[in-house]
Amino acid sequence: MTFINYAAREINCKIVYYGPGLCGKTTNLQYIYDRTNPAAKGKLISLATETDRTLFFDFLPLDLGTVKGFKTRFHLYTVPGQVFYDASRKLILKGVDGVVFVADSQEARMEANAESIRNLDKNLKDQGYDISVIPYVLQFNKRDLPTAVPSDEMYRQLNIKGEPTFEATAPTGVGVFDTLKAVARQVLMELKKK
Amino acid sequence: MSTPDLVLYDEEFQKIKDALGRLRQDSNANVVFLVDKNGQQIAAMGDMTNLDTTSLASLTAGNVAATDGLARLIGEKEFSILFHEGEKDNIHISIVAQRVILVVIFDERSSLGLVRLRVRRATSELDRIFEEITEKAAREKSNLSVEFESPFSEITDDDIDRLFSE
Repeated sequence: MTFINYAAREINCKIVYYGPGLCGKTTNLQYIYDRTNPAAKGKLISLATETDRTLFFDFLPLDLGTVKGFKTRFHLYTVPGQVFYDASRKLILKGVDGVVFVADSQEARMEANAESIRNLDKNLKDQGYDISVIPYVLQFNKRDLPTAVPSDEMYRQLNIKGEPTFEATAPTGVGVFDTLKAVARQVLMELKKK
Repeated sequence: MSTPDLVLYDEEFQKIKDALGRLRQDSNANVVFLVDKNGQQIAAMGDMTNLDTTSLASLTAGNVAATDGLARLIGEKEFSILFHEGEKDNIHISIVAQRVILVVIFDERSSLGLVRLRVRRATSELDRIFEEITEKAAREKSNLSVEFESPFSEITDDDIDRLFSE
Protein backbone atom coordinates (compact mmCIF):
# COMPACT_ATOMS: atom_id res chain seq x y z
CA MET A 1 0.00 0.00 0.00
CA THR A 2 1.78 3.10 -1.18
CA PHE A 3 1.13 6.08 1.05
CA ILE A 4 1.00 9.33 -0.92
CA ASN A 5 1.01 12.44 1.24
CA TYR A 6 0.06 15.39 -0.96
CA ALA A 7 0.29 17.74 2.00
CA ALA A 8 3.91 16.89 2.79
CA ARG A 9 4.64 15.95 -0.86
CA GLU A 10 5.96 12.51 0.03
CA ILE A 11 5.51 9.00 -1.30
CA ASN A 12 6.23 6.11 1.04
CA CYS A 13 6.74 2.62 -0.34
CA LYS A 14 7.34 -0.66 1.45
CA ILE A 15 9.75 -3.24 0.06
CA VAL A 16 10.18 -6.65 1.68
CA TYR A 17 13.22 -8.91 1.31
CA TYR A 18 12.06 -12.51 1.46
CA GLY A 19 13.91 -15.82 1.32
CA PRO A 20 15.01 -18.92 3.24
CA GLY A 21 16.99 -18.77 6.49
CA LEU A 22 20.59 -17.49 6.21
CA CYS A 23 20.24 -16.53 2.53
CA GLY A 24 21.53 -12.99 3.19
CA LYS A 25 18.46 -10.74 3.49
CA THR A 26 19.85 -8.86 6.47
CA THR A 27 23.27 -8.66 4.78
CA ASN A 28 21.63 -6.92 1.80
CA LEU A 29 20.14 -4.30 4.13
CA GLN A 30 23.38 -3.97 6.07
CA TYR A 31 25.29 -3.24 2.86
CA ILE A 32 22.73 -0.67 1.71
CA TYR A 33 22.88 0.95 5.13
CA ASP A 34 26.71 1.07 5.14
CA ARG A 35 26.88 2.59 1.67
CA THR A 36 24.15 5.19 1.92
CA ASN A 37 24.83 8.83 2.63
CA PRO A 38 23.95 9.45 6.32
CA ALA A 39 21.49 12.20 5.40
CA ALA A 40 19.46 9.80 3.27
CA LYS A 41 19.01 6.99 5.74
CA GLY A 42 17.44 6.36 9.09
CA LYS A 43 18.53 3.86 11.69
CA LEU A 44 18.84 0.20 10.74
CA ILE A 45 16.67 -1.61 13.21
CA SER A 46 17.28 -5.31 13.71
CA LEU A 47 15.01 -7.40 15.87
CA ALA A 48 17.32 -10.39 16.09
CA THR A 49 18.22 -13.16 18.52
CA GLU A 50 21.54 -13.19 20.36
CA THR A 51 22.98 -15.29 17.58
CA ASP A 52 21.99 -12.69 14.97
CA ARG A 53 19.12 -14.66 13.50
CA THR A 54 16.28 -12.32 12.54
CA LEU A 55 13.48 -12.77 15.05
CA PHE A 56 10.82 -10.40 13.76
CA PHE A 57 12.19 -8.03 11.12
CA ASP A 58 14.96 -5.67 10.10
CA PHE A 59 13.91 -2.21 9.04
CA LEU A 60 15.75 0.47 7.08
CA PRO A 61 14.16 3.74 5.95
CA LEU A 62 15.78 5.30 2.86
CA ASP A 63 15.17 8.72 1.31
CA LEU A 64 16.11 8.43 -2.32
CA GLY A 65 15.42 11.91 -3.62
CA THR A 66 12.52 13.48 -5.45
CA VAL A 67 10.39 12.31 -8.35
CA LYS A 68 8.03 14.86 -9.87
CA GLY A 69 8.46 17.06 -6.81
CA PHE A 70 7.63 14.28 -4.39
CA LYS A 71 10.12 13.03 -1.83
CA THR A 72 10.39 9.27 -2.32
CA ARG A 73 10.92 7.27 0.81
CA PHE A 74 11.47 3.53 0.73
CA HIS A 75 10.99 1.42 3.80
CA LEU A 76 12.99 -1.77 3.46
CA TYR A 77 12.04 -4.76 5.60
CA THR A 78 13.38 -8.28 5.88
CA VAL A 79 11.41 -11.24 7.17
CA PRO A 80 12.73 -13.96 9.49
CA GLY A 81 13.68 -16.77 7.11
CA GLN A 82 13.44 -19.73 9.44
CA VAL A 83 10.45 -21.94 8.67
CA PHE A 84 8.83 -21.74 12.11
CA TYR A 85 8.52 -17.93 12.04
CA ASP A 86 5.75 -18.05 9.46
CA ALA A 87 3.25 -16.06 11.54
CA SER A 88 5.73 -13.15 11.71
CA ARG A 89 6.47 -13.34 7.98
CA LYS A 90 2.80 -12.99 7.19
CA LEU A 91 2.53 -9.83 9.31
CA ILE A 92 5.46 -8.14 7.61
CA LEU A 93 3.95 -8.64 4.15
CA LYS A 94 1.01 -6.43 5.15
CA GLY A 95 0.90 -3.39 2.89
CA VAL A 96 3.88 -4.47 0.79
CA ASP A 97 4.55 -2.65 -2.50
CA GLY A 98 7.39 -4.77 -3.83
CA VAL A 99 9.21 -8.00 -2.97
CA VAL A 100 12.84 -9.00 -3.41
CA PHE A 101 13.36 -12.74 -3.22
CA VAL A 102 16.90 -13.53 -2.05
CA ALA A 103 17.83 -17.06 -3.10
CA ASP A 104 20.81 -18.92 -1.64
CA SER A 105 22.97 -20.19 -4.51
CA GLN A 106 24.36 -23.18 -2.65
CA GLU A 107 23.31 -26.52 -4.07
CA ALA A 108 22.16 -27.75 -0.66
CA ARG A 109 19.73 -24.80 -0.30
CA MET A 110 17.87 -25.21 -3.59
CA GLU A 111 14.98 -27.04 -1.98
CA ALA A 112 14.80 -24.40 0.77
CA ASN A 113 14.64 -21.67 -1.91
CA ALA A 114 11.76 -23.39 -3.69
CA GLU A 115 9.94 -23.97 -0.41
CA SER A 116 10.35 -20.32 0.55
CA ILE A 117 8.92 -19.11 -2.79
CA ARG A 118 5.91 -21.38 -2.29
CA ASN A 119 5.54 -19.89 1.18
CA LEU A 120 5.79 -16.35 -0.21
CA ASP A 121 3.12 -17.10 -2.81
CA LYS A 122 0.79 -18.44 -0.14
CA ASN A 123 1.40 -15.62 2.34
CA LEU A 124 0.90 -12.97 -0.34
CA LYS A 125 -2.37 -14.61 -1.30
CA ASP A 126 -3.47 -14.58 2.35
CA GLN A 127 -2.88 -10.81 2.40
CA GLY A 128 -4.82 -10.34 -0.84
CA TYR A 129 -1.86 -9.95 -3.24
CA ASP A 130 -0.94 -11.91 -6.33
CA ILE A 131 2.70 -12.82 -6.88
CA SER A 132 2.20 -12.67 -10.64
CA VAL A 133 1.16 -9.01 -10.42
CA ILE A 134 3.15 -7.47 -7.56
CA PRO A 135 6.56 -5.83 -8.29
CA TYR A 136 9.03 -8.66 -7.82
CA VAL A 137 12.79 -9.16 -8.27
CA LEU A 138 14.85 -12.32 -7.89
CA GLN A 139 18.40 -12.25 -6.49
CA PHE A 140 20.85 -15.16 -6.60
CA ASN A 141 23.03 -14.46 -3.60
CA LYS A 142 26.33 -16.05 -2.49
CA ARG A 143 27.66 -16.33 -6.06
CA ASP A 144 31.20 -16.37 -4.64
CA LEU A 145 30.76 -19.77 -3.02
CA PRO A 146 32.33 -22.79 -4.76
CA THR A 147 29.12 -24.81 -4.34
CA ALA A 148 27.01 -22.21 -6.18
CA VAL A 149 24.58 -23.71 -8.69
CA PRO A 150 24.94 -22.21 -12.21
CA SER A 151 22.73 -19.15 -12.67
CA ASP A 152 20.78 -20.49 -15.62
CA GLU A 153 19.93 -23.60 -13.65
CA MET A 154 18.73 -21.48 -10.71
CA TYR A 155 16.73 -19.33 -13.09
CA ARG A 156 15.09 -22.42 -14.55
CA GLN A 157 14.10 -23.64 -11.10
CA LEU A 158 13.11 -20.39 -9.38
CA ASN A 159 11.90 -17.87 -11.96
CA ILE A 160 8.15 -17.50 -11.95
CA LYS A 161 7.26 -14.73 -14.40
CA GLY A 162 10.42 -13.63 -16.17
CA GLU A 163 11.18 -11.21 -13.33
CA PRO A 164 14.42 -9.18 -13.32
CA THR A 165 17.16 -11.38 -11.88
CA PHE A 166 20.52 -10.41 -10.36
CA GLU A 167 23.60 -12.30 -9.26
CA ALA A 168 24.89 -11.04 -5.94
CA THR A 169 27.48 -11.38 -3.23
CA ALA A 170 25.85 -9.33 -0.52
CA PRO A 171 28.77 -8.89 1.93
CA THR A 172 30.85 -7.16 -0.77
CA GLY A 173 27.83 -5.46 -2.31
CA VAL A 174 27.89 -7.12 -5.71
CA GLY A 175 24.38 -6.87 -7.15
CA VAL A 176 22.86 -5.35 -4.00
CA PHE A 177 22.02 -1.89 -5.36
CA ASP A 178 21.08 -3.30 -8.78
CA THR A 179 18.48 -5.43 -7.04
CA LEU A 180 17.11 -2.53 -5.02
CA LYS A 181 16.99 -0.28 -8.03
CA ALA A 182 15.10 -2.88 -10.07
CA VAL A 183 12.40 -3.31 -7.46
CA ALA A 184 12.13 0.46 -6.84
CA ARG A 185 11.71 0.96 -10.58
CA GLN A 186 8.83 -1.50 -10.70
CA VAL A 187 7.15 0.02 -7.64
CA LEU A 188 7.33 3.55 -9.07
CA MET A 189 6.16 2.40 -12.49
CA GLU A 190 3.21 0.79 -10.72
CA LEU A 191 2.24 4.27 -9.44
CA LYS A 192 2.13 5.47 -12.99
CA LYS A 193 -0.66 3.03 -13.79
CA LYS A 194 -2.86 4.29 -10.96
CA MET B 1 -4.93 -5.29 -3.57
CA SER B 2 -6.22 -5.87 -0.06
CA THR B 3 -6.11 -2.31 1.30
CA PRO B 4 -6.60 0.73 -0.89
CA ASP B 5 -3.76 3.23 -1.11
CA LEU B 6 -3.95 6.00 1.42
CA VAL B 7 -3.97 9.40 -0.22
CA LEU B 8 -3.81 12.41 2.05
CA TYR B 9 -4.56 16.00 0.95
CA ASP B 10 -3.76 19.28 2.71
CA GLU B 11 -7.25 19.84 4.07
CA GLU B 12 -7.50 16.51 5.91
CA PHE B 13 -3.83 16.59 6.90
CA GLN B 14 -4.46 19.89 8.66
CA LYS B 15 -7.55 18.52 10.38
CA ILE B 16 -5.58 15.52 11.60
CA LYS B 17 -2.81 17.73 12.90
CA ASP B 18 -5.32 19.95 14.70
CA ALA B 19 -6.94 16.93 16.34
CA LEU B 20 -3.56 15.56 17.44
CA GLY B 21 -2.50 18.96 18.75
CA ARG B 22 -5.66 19.24 20.84
CA LEU B 23 -5.21 15.74 22.19
CA ARG B 24 -1.62 16.50 23.17
CA GLN B 25 -2.65 19.63 25.00
CA ASP B 26 -5.72 18.18 26.72
CA SER B 27 -3.87 15.08 27.89
CA ASN B 28 -0.63 16.84 28.91
CA ALA B 29 1.27 14.44 26.69
CA ASN B 30 4.79 14.96 25.32
CA VAL B 31 4.18 13.56 21.86
CA VAL B 32 1.14 12.36 19.96
CA PHE B 33 1.42 10.70 16.60
CA LEU B 34 -0.49 8.72 14.04
CA VAL B 35 0.91 5.77 12.09
CA ASP B 36 -0.75 3.59 9.51
CA LYS B 37 -0.85 -0.15 10.16
CA ASN B 38 2.01 -0.69 7.73
CA GLY B 39 4.37 1.41 9.80
CA GLN B 40 4.32 4.70 7.93
CA GLN B 41 3.99 7.84 9.97
CA ILE B 42 1.03 10.01 9.00
CA ALA B 43 1.39 12.99 11.35
CA ALA B 44 3.01 13.87 14.65
CA MET B 45 2.66 16.69 17.18
CA GLY B 46 4.84 17.59 20.12
CA ASP B 47 8.50 17.74 21.01
CA MET B 48 10.20 15.38 18.57
CA THR B 49 13.80 16.40 19.18
CA ASN B 50 15.87 13.33 20.04
CA LEU B 51 13.03 11.10 18.91
CA ASP B 52 13.53 8.80 15.92
CA THR B 53 9.95 8.98 14.71
CA THR B 54 10.46 6.77 11.64
CA SER B 55 11.75 3.88 13.73
CA LEU B 56 9.11 4.54 16.34
CA ALA B 57 6.41 4.28 13.65
CA SER B 58 7.74 1.04 12.22
CA LEU B 59 8.17 -0.63 15.61
CA THR B 60 4.72 0.52 16.75
CA ALA B 61 3.14 -1.07 13.69
CA GLY B 62 5.15 -4.25 14.27
CA ASN B 63 4.02 -4.27 17.87
CA VAL B 64 0.36 -3.82 16.93
CA ALA B 65 0.60 -6.48 14.21
CA ALA B 66 2.15 -8.98 16.62
CA THR B 67 -0.45 -8.22 19.28
CA ASP B 68 -3.25 -8.62 16.71
CA GLY B 69 -1.78 -12.01 15.86
CA LEU B 70 -1.75 -12.96 19.55
CA ALA B 71 -5.36 -11.84 19.94
CA ARG B 72 -6.53 -14.01 17.07
CA LEU B 73 -4.64 -17.01 18.44
CA ILE B 74 -6.73 -16.91 21.62
CA GLY B 75 -9.96 -16.12 19.76
CA GLU B 76 -10.13 -12.36 20.35
CA LYS B 77 -10.79 -9.97 17.47
CA GLU B 78 -8.13 -7.54 18.65
CA PHE B 79 -6.63 -5.92 21.73
CA SER B 80 -7.71 -2.39 21.00
CA ILE B 81 -5.42 -0.70 23.53
CA LEU B 82 -1.77 -1.35 24.34
CA PHE B 83 -0.02 0.34 27.20
CA HIS B 84 3.69 0.24 28.01
CA GLU B 85 4.77 1.66 31.33
CA GLY B 86 8.32 2.88 31.82
CA GLU B 87 10.16 4.47 34.74
CA LYS B 88 9.66 7.95 33.31
CA ASP B 89 7.83 7.74 30.03
CA ASN B 90 4.84 5.68 29.02
CA ILE B 91 3.34 4.77 25.67
CA HIS B 92 -0.38 4.42 25.04
CA ILE B 93 -1.33 2.82 21.72
CA SER B 94 -4.84 2.51 20.29
CA ILE B 95 -6.49 1.78 16.95
CA VAL B 96 -8.46 4.46 15.11
CA ALA B 97 -10.87 3.94 12.21
CA GLN B 98 -9.71 0.30 11.99
CA ARG B 99 -6.68 1.26 9.93
CA VAL B 100 -4.48 3.71 11.79
CA ILE B 101 -2.65 3.63 15.08
CA LEU B 102 -2.75 6.50 17.57
CA VAL B 103 0.29 6.74 19.84
CA VAL B 104 0.54 8.95 22.91
CA ILE B 105 3.83 9.32 24.79
CA PHE B 106 3.50 10.87 28.24
CA ASP B 107 5.30 11.19 31.56
CA GLU B 108 4.38 11.97 35.19
CA ARG B 109 2.78 15.28 34.20
CA SER B 110 -0.14 13.23 32.93
CA SER B 111 -1.79 9.97 33.94
CA LEU B 112 -3.12 6.85 32.29
CA GLY B 113 -6.67 7.79 33.27
CA LEU B 114 -6.47 11.23 31.69
CA VAL B 115 -4.83 9.89 28.53
CA ARG B 116 -7.49 7.21 28.10
CA LEU B 117 -10.26 9.75 28.57
CA ARG B 118 -8.83 12.21 26.04
CA VAL B 119 -7.90 9.50 23.58
CA ARG B 120 -11.50 8.35 23.52
CA ARG B 121 -12.68 11.82 22.54
CA ALA B 122 -9.96 12.30 19.93
CA THR B 123 -10.71 8.87 18.48
CA SER B 124 -14.25 9.77 17.48
CA GLU B 125 -12.99 12.97 15.88
CA LEU B 126 -10.27 11.09 13.95
CA ASP B 127 -12.79 8.41 12.95
CA ARG B 128 -14.83 11.13 11.24
CA ILE B 129 -11.80 12.58 9.45
CA PHE B 130 -10.77 9.19 8.12
CA GLU B 131 -14.29 8.56 6.95
CA GLU B 132 -14.01 11.78 4.93
CA ILE B 133 -10.66 10.66 3.54
CA THR B 134 -12.11 7.34 2.42
CA GLU B 135 -15.11 9.03 0.82
CA LYS B 136 -12.91 11.54 -0.93
CA ALA B 137 -10.67 8.77 -2.27
CA ALA B 138 -13.71 6.93 -3.61
CA ARG B 139 -14.98 10.12 -5.26
CA GLU B 140 -11.60 10.85 -6.83
CA LYS B 141 -11.49 7.34 -8.16
CA SER B 142 -14.90 7.58 -9.80
CA ASN B 143 -14.02 10.76 -11.70
CA LEU B 144 -10.40 9.84 -12.13
CA SER B 145 -10.23 10.46 -15.83
CA VAL B 146 -11.95 13.84 -15.63
CA GLU B 147 -10.26 15.72 -12.82
CA PHE B 148 -7.64 13.79 -10.99
CA GLU B 149 -4.32 13.42 -12.72
CA SER B 150 -1.71 11.47 -10.75
CA PRO B 151 1.58 13.38 -10.59
CA PHE B 152 3.29 10.09 -11.41
CA SER B 153 1.58 9.45 -14.70
CA GLU B 154 4.51 11.10 -16.47
CA ILE B 155 7.25 9.27 -14.59
CA THR B 156 10.12 8.11 -16.81
CA ASP B 157 13.05 5.70 -16.60
CA ASP B 158 15.34 8.72 -16.36
CA ASP B 159 13.55 9.97 -13.25
CA ILE B 160 14.19 6.64 -11.60
CA ASP B 161 17.83 6.48 -12.74
CA ARG B 162 18.37 9.92 -11.23
CA LEU B 163 17.19 8.66 -7.83
CA PHE B 164 20.08 6.21 -7.76
CA SER B 165 22.70 8.40 -9.35
CA GLU B 166 24.10 9.85 -6.13
